[in-house]
Amino acid sequence: MKKLSLVQMDVKQKGKIVEVLGGKALQHRFMTMGIYEGREVVKLSHFILRGPVAMRVGRSVLALGYGMASKIIVGVE
Amino acid sequence: MIRKIFLIGNPNVGKSMVFSRLTGVQVIVSNYPGSTVEVAQGLLKIGDEKIEVVDLPGTYSLQPTSKAEEVAVELLQKEAKDDIAVMSVIDSTNLERNLFLTLQLIEEGYPVLVCLNMCDDMKHRGITINEAKLEELLGVPVVLTCAVTGMGIKFLIERIKDKKVGLIQKLGHQARWLEIGRIVEAVQQLSHRHHTFRERLEDASVNPLTGGLMAAGILFLAFKVVRFIGESLITYCFDPIFFNLYKPLLDKLSLALGSDSFVYHLLIGDLIDGKIDFKQSLGVLTTAPYIEFDMVLPYIIAFYFVLSFLEDMGFLPRLAILLDNLFHRLGLHGYAIIPVLLGFGCNVPGILSTRMLESKRERFIVSTLISIGIPCVPLQAMIFGILGKYSGFYVGGVYLVLFSVWLILGLILNRVIKGYSPEFIMEIPSYRLPPLGMLFRKLLFRVKGFLIEAIPVVLLGVLIVNLLLYSHTLDLVTGIFSPVMKGLFGLPNEAIIALTVGFIRKDVAVGMLAPLGLTVKQLFIATTLLAISFPCVATFMVLWKELGFKALLKAAGIMILTGMLVGGVLNFSILR
Repeated sequence: MKKLSLVQMDVKQKGKIVEVLGGKALQHRFMTMGIYEGREVVKLSHFILRGPVAMRVGRSVLALGYGMASKIIVGVE
Repeated sequence: MIRKIFLIGNPNVGKSMVFSRLTGVQVIVSNYPGSTVEVAQGLLKIGDEKIEVVDLPGTYSLQPTSKAEEVAVELLQKEAKDDIAVMSVIDSTNLERNLFLTLQLIEEGYPVLVCLNMCDDMKHRGITINEAKLEELLGVPVVLTCAVTGMGIKFLIERIKDKKVGLIQKLGHQARWLEIGRIVEAVQQLSHRHHTFRERLEDASVNPLTGGLMAAGILFLAFKVVRFIGESLITYCFDPIFFNLYKPLLDKLSLALGSDSFVYHLLIGDLIDGKIDFKQSLGVLTTAPYIEFDMVLPYIIAFYFVLSFLEDMGFLPRLAILLDNLFHRLGLHGYAIIPVLLGFGCNVPGILSTRMLESKRERFIVSTLISIGIPCVPLQAMIFGILGKYSGFYVGGVYLVLFSVWLILGLILNRVIKGYSPEFIMEIPSYRLPPLGMLFRKLLFRVKGFLIEAIPVVLLGVLIVNLLLYSHTLDLVTGIFSPVMKGLFGLPNEAIIALTVGFIRKDVAVGMLAPLGLTVKQLFIATTLLAISFPCVATFMVLWKELGFKALLKAAGIMILTGMLVGGVLNFSILR
């Protein structure tokens, strides 16, 4: 298993979140929206020039800024 | 005995729609997270009993992470738990994520009732939920509803009295997700099916290339539709009313009054070439209703119809991702497109909706940018009204100048203003085809709001200008500003009157510019200045209220500076 940040993943790649970096407040915010260790995610899109990333978590589609996305570490096969 | 019902739930699950159904109070409902920025209150009548209902802004948990969430949680926490009911509204197509807040509410010992909303959408997505089983596991009543159609609302009202304090013990966040996993496993069934066309469209819409193309197409179409509806309304509805029905009446009145009296001047205004000219006469019965009903109202209707459609179909959050990159350069994130788009209708709701942004810095930047660079419908109607008869080049030119100012000012503000702007994380809602009935109700609500706000101000504005012209007081003012007007902007002294009037309301100023006999270049500069220099007084008041007096002064300074600069540059750079 390789560990990549959400930013580094390829579009349409699947994986399981292995770590969420960032401060307590951000981790909490992620947590309440269903982003936490062990969750399966699919990356949907990626915008160039440090643009946002979209992903599917459970049944929701979430878009998040580049900085936030780089704090989500995903394990991929 | 229940004294109060609180509606709480994640953003964009249909709380406001449920609220409307329960209380009959109309609120703006849209398909994007964060459309409720103010707490709405209403009354639910059950028999002779009246219960207060409170619609809280959406929140993901009881530990708030934004201003709007804070409001929701604070309001709930200051109530005594024994005589309220907390209605947890859930998007049934996303049970798992929504249960996090519901479980928290139950753990905290609130008397809860679950409203499993959007059940119509659930079927389309191949989801079935066993609500009896869910009720058993949560230990609180669960009712299936579809607030858009009204299905299940009656039963929901009947069951409010059954609200219960559940039995789930306090859990940690991780443990809560585990528990939710178990519950969802037990109550939800997914029928396996292929990707539908809608889902493919949804996936394509968040992709930079396909999404960008789709958005460009949608915006282009939206613009065309606004113009088509607006022009059709004018040609086939409002023009005939004014010229075939109203004008003959006015002509009769005009004859009866005799053209020399003060009352005549007040009601009819000045005759242009011996005739009543709706645009220039400046009478309370001539120009005021004409501007409002024949020039602005048709476009208000057209704009809000299209905007409401875009809001309800779920287009705006998708636009937000596409523009995130650009907006970061302005010290904002993509979500700021929503206040900006609302500002195209009227700057006031645009600035109010900046509450959905987190930091004060963002709110200041976007509010300032809206009041300077975003022309509202009345202003746009005026731009078309004044420059439309020359060529599309001039109209396009004003928009180009406004957009450039908006962009450059944003880049500068981002450099100059201290503080940081946070990134966004937001949920992209599903596409939905808005039901026509709902769309028209929302349109009616917004148009009514516009008329109530605009009519008195326009009447008053025209009245004041009329009186000032009659008494020649304005000659004094025009003298003072002569150096700036003539020297810097190349405009005649009288144009200052139009700019001053624009401060009351932008659309009234059209009647002031028309009679001056300006050249196209002068008209171009005057309309651009009217747009940039100062927003109308209503916008000023809301800037004050939302940002505070100091920020208002700062914004006003920026407006004056920008106006002077742009006016001067245009005057000296356009040769003809």
